[in-house]
Amino acid sequence: MTDTTAAKEYRYITKKRRVTEDRRFITGRGNFAADYNLPGMLHVAMVTSPYACAEIKGINAEAALALPGVRYVLTGAELFENINPLLSGLDLPNIKRIPLAHERARYAGEWVAAVVAESRHIAEDAVELVEVDYNPIDFVIDPEEAMQPEAPLVHPQHGSNILCDKSWVWGDVDGDFDAAPHSLAFRARWSRCSTIPIETFVVTAKWDEGKELLDVWASIQMPKYPEQIARALSLPVNAINVHFDVDVGGSYGLKRGIRQTVIVSYLTRKLRAPVRFNEDRLENMSGGEMHGPDRIFDMEVAFDDEGIMHSLKIKATDDAGCYPGRAPLQLGKPVSAIVGPYRIKSASYNAISVTTNKTSQEAVRGFGQAPTNFAIEAMVDKVARKLGMDRDEVRRRNMIRADEFPYRIPSGSEYDSGDYHTVLDKLQTSAGWQELLTKRDAIRAEGKLAGVGISTCLEPSGGNSSFEPFFNPKNDTTTWMESCLIKVDMLGSITALMGTSTSGQGHESLLSVVIGEILERDPDTIRGVHAESLGALPSNSPVGSRMAIMLGGAAAGAAEKIKKQLLEIAAHNFQLPVDRLIYDGGDISVEGDPDKVMNWHLLIDIAHRQYHKMPLGSEPGLQAQHTWEVPTGGALPAEDGTVQMYPCYAFEAHIPLITIDPDTGQVEILDYHMGHDCGTVLNPDIVRGMSLGGIAHGIGAALYEKFEYDEGGQHLSGSFMDYLLPSSHEIPHVEMVKHYTPSPLTTFGQKGSGESGYLGAPAAIASAVNDALAPLGKSIDTLPMRVRDIEALLNGQTE
Amino acid sequence: MSEHKITLTVNGREMSGHAEARLTLVDFLRDVLGQTGTHIGCEHGVCGACSVVMDGKPVRSCLMFAVMADGHEITTVEGLEGPNGELSPLQDAFWENHAMQCGYCTPGMLIATHTLLQENPDPDEAEIREAIGGNLCRCTGYQQIVEAVQMAAKKVQEAS
Repeated sequence: MTDTTAAKEYRYITKKRRVTEDRRFITGRGNFAADYNLPGMLHVAMVTSPYACAEIKGINAEAALALPGVRYVLTGAELFENINPLLSGLDLPNIKRIPLAHERARYAGEWVAAVVAESRHIAEDAVELVEVDYNPIDFVIDPEEAMQPEAPLVHPQHGSNILCDKSWVWGDVDGDFDAAPHSLAFRARWSRCSTIPIETFVVTAKWDEGKELLDVWASIQMPKYPEQIARALSLPVNAINVHFDVDVGGSYGLKRGIRQTVIVSYLTRKLRAPVRFNEDRLENMSGGEMHGPDRIFDMEVAFDDEGIMHSLKIKATDDAGCYPGRAPLQLGKPVSAIVGPYRIKSASYNAISVTTNKTSQEAVRGFGQAPTNFAIEAMVDKVARKLGMDRDEVRRRNMIRADEFPYRIPSGSEYDSGDYHTVLDKLQTSAGWQELLTKRDAIRAEGKLAGVGISTCLEPSGGNSSFEPFFNPKNDTTTWMESCLIKVDMLGSITALMGTSTSGQGHESLLSVVIGEILERDPDTIRGVHAESLGALPSNSPVGSRMAIMLGGAAAGAAEKIKKQLLEIAAHNFQLPVDRLIYDGGDISVEGDPDKVMNWHLLIDIAHRQYHKMPLGSEPGLQAQHTWEVPTGGALPAEDGTVQMYPCYAFEAHIPLITIDPDTGQVEILDYHMGHDCGTVLNPDIVRGMSLGGIAHGIGAALYEKFEYDEGGQHLSGSFMDYLLPSSHEIPHVEMVKHYTPSPLTTFGQKGSGESGYLGAPAAIASAVNDALAPLGKSIDTLPMRVRDIEALLNGQTE
Repeated sequence: MSEHKITLTVNGREMSGHAEARLTLVDFLRDVLGQTGTHIGCEHGVCGACSVVMDGKPVRSCLMFAVMADGHEITTVEGLEGPNGELSPLQDAFWENHAMQCGYCTPGMLIATHTLLQENPDPDEAEIREAIGGNLCRCTGYQQIVEAVQMAAKKVQEAS
């Protein structure tokens, strides 16, 4: 496979460029939600439930309201009467999600009442004065206990703690298992963690009585945010204006604060003053409902003497926490790459979503793919170990070959392109695989524990809606379009509008480089704008690793339309057909007659002022919009249970070398190497940064991060003292090797990279830890592999 | 609660305002003085997003009360630019290396590494990692930040 990016010459994309957005961040001029300080603004603090489950018999706010500066105390009962329940990912009509607990608090830390005051400090004082009369009742924390018939019900009106239990069989799984000489089964556990950003969720809403308009400034990353606010408040969408130019201080899928937004939106209309809710860290960690997947995998694989894997059975039981939200759908995306990068010819999948008395789950980077990749990779390592084969060799024997693309996997998704063998070869060469093994053995010879890990994983990208109808037949959404509107003004500068906020992905830079590439204009002169929702075209936000593909595609489409208009103006003035003209850097000349040229500014001037020189019937001015459907999208799941999920599939391979302190169980990462192929790279620094950050998230999930609940249902990880985030000491220097296999489905061959690193690092670290433990005959398949877990294992306290 | 008048020097300019004794320095800087470049991440001194320089040393402005800074000299991220708005070599290196994504931890990272370079103009990678060890970043995995500091140090040395 050739290095096609190098082979095709681009003007601007693929080249190093400074990121436009960075300039405001390095000078302290970012535009974050908490930086908006509106006159007369009121502040919210939350009263939280101290019980894992309790009836709310009454709320007495008298003392709180008597405190000077306190303006209001909002309860779940009032909200229940006045708003519509929030959207659920599944069809669960009996579970009504209200932003504050109504009648019953269902987890410790759940928000029971919102106190509104003239300052956040006064609101916090008043929280202490709100008296809630609770009647504690039975609760359930463990997802498997929650599935037992006698378990206390989180939502009694639903009649069960099982939110969904769906099974699919793709291909002859039973036949393939019967025919294979070997099989093995194991359980892997991905614990509740998430990509917790440094900025909590912040939202300010202001109801403008004169305009009858709700302005919203929020640190949001969510598809259809204005529509969800509108539905909850029974307002038309055009009465809501979301200011998408707010910079979001990290999100990685999480920042979907619809509860927070509905609370302040309701309050600003009620109190006729701007209202802000700025979560503090505890509110964010315990009640913000931003935990990630919490999953038990029961895995089974059939394979032969050569290490070829023939069939796979996955049962994934996921603890959604208290409300269904997006959590069950995070079991859906992995169907997109259910066999990983391997030629496994049949597979079955049982996806179970369970509700428990914990805070709710939200979308996290990868939308369920990182845990699934971890389980699949653990499986491959076990096949290798059972056969006494090298782990890289088993992968090599099973990976889809470059000449097999496009490749349709049993669950129906077609992988667009790839060259997995070459990426793995390049990585092993650059990492020095043999040298790493030698280094490992030398460390072992000193009496220490050391391991080399390996993972080869996919990143489905170009986020589409397919998992929605797949899990909820009543939802027939078949598009997650993305849009761009380009305006070329009278003096020739280019402005491009998008309808979404950014949380570090560099979308302004993306628009300018893509449009610059198509129109051959300097990207530094092109302004990308996060339009207000009222001025924006349809968007589905930067989720599902989609913006390079989708916003890039929309921008390219709009730019092509601009170019076409320019060519038509020139053709009209030269009285020649368009195919006789040459477009170069915005100027248009006649083929074979280079003296006949109309430059950019002349063409723009004609478009804006000289209608007499325009083609008959054309629109004056120079603007174009393009709304792009997701490539391969547009269809409902097939009746045979197959589905085309995401369009593009990036590949990543990881190789870490670690040591484990035999006394303490402390893991140290000595070397880390990643091979990555996400097709054509639009901005190398942005993609590299995402991969490096994703690896850091993955190391956190593998070794440190867990939301812990005790037997009493209390959340124990409400601060950064208790929920460990890796620092610059824990995250190693990473050596990266790139490969570029373009996607045939996208404008320049780009694929997504927003989830890269995170999708392979947890699996690679787990592989390394297990390699280190192998000489002791021990293994561990539960993440995170914390110091105390490994220490307990080493000291024989656990199996 | 009693209010106190606080006067301090922020980025070379004397500023004053009123604050309750319980108001933290970061809230005072942001909400009273309007210096919103400094960010709040955890409010318990772990993440480092609120780092500012006080009398030459980096401090966590979420762990200090505003009254404790009365009469002191504070530098925030807004004060790192030159007098005519030119970027400092460190800021420029952060930009050149894309040493951020969302930009939320960036002010704290700049403060931590600005202080490092003042004390140690030629830090090695371990020293840089030590200097930012108390500043959490969720976007970058720290590597591009380390590279930026290395580049800034090199440029300053070449220039001097």
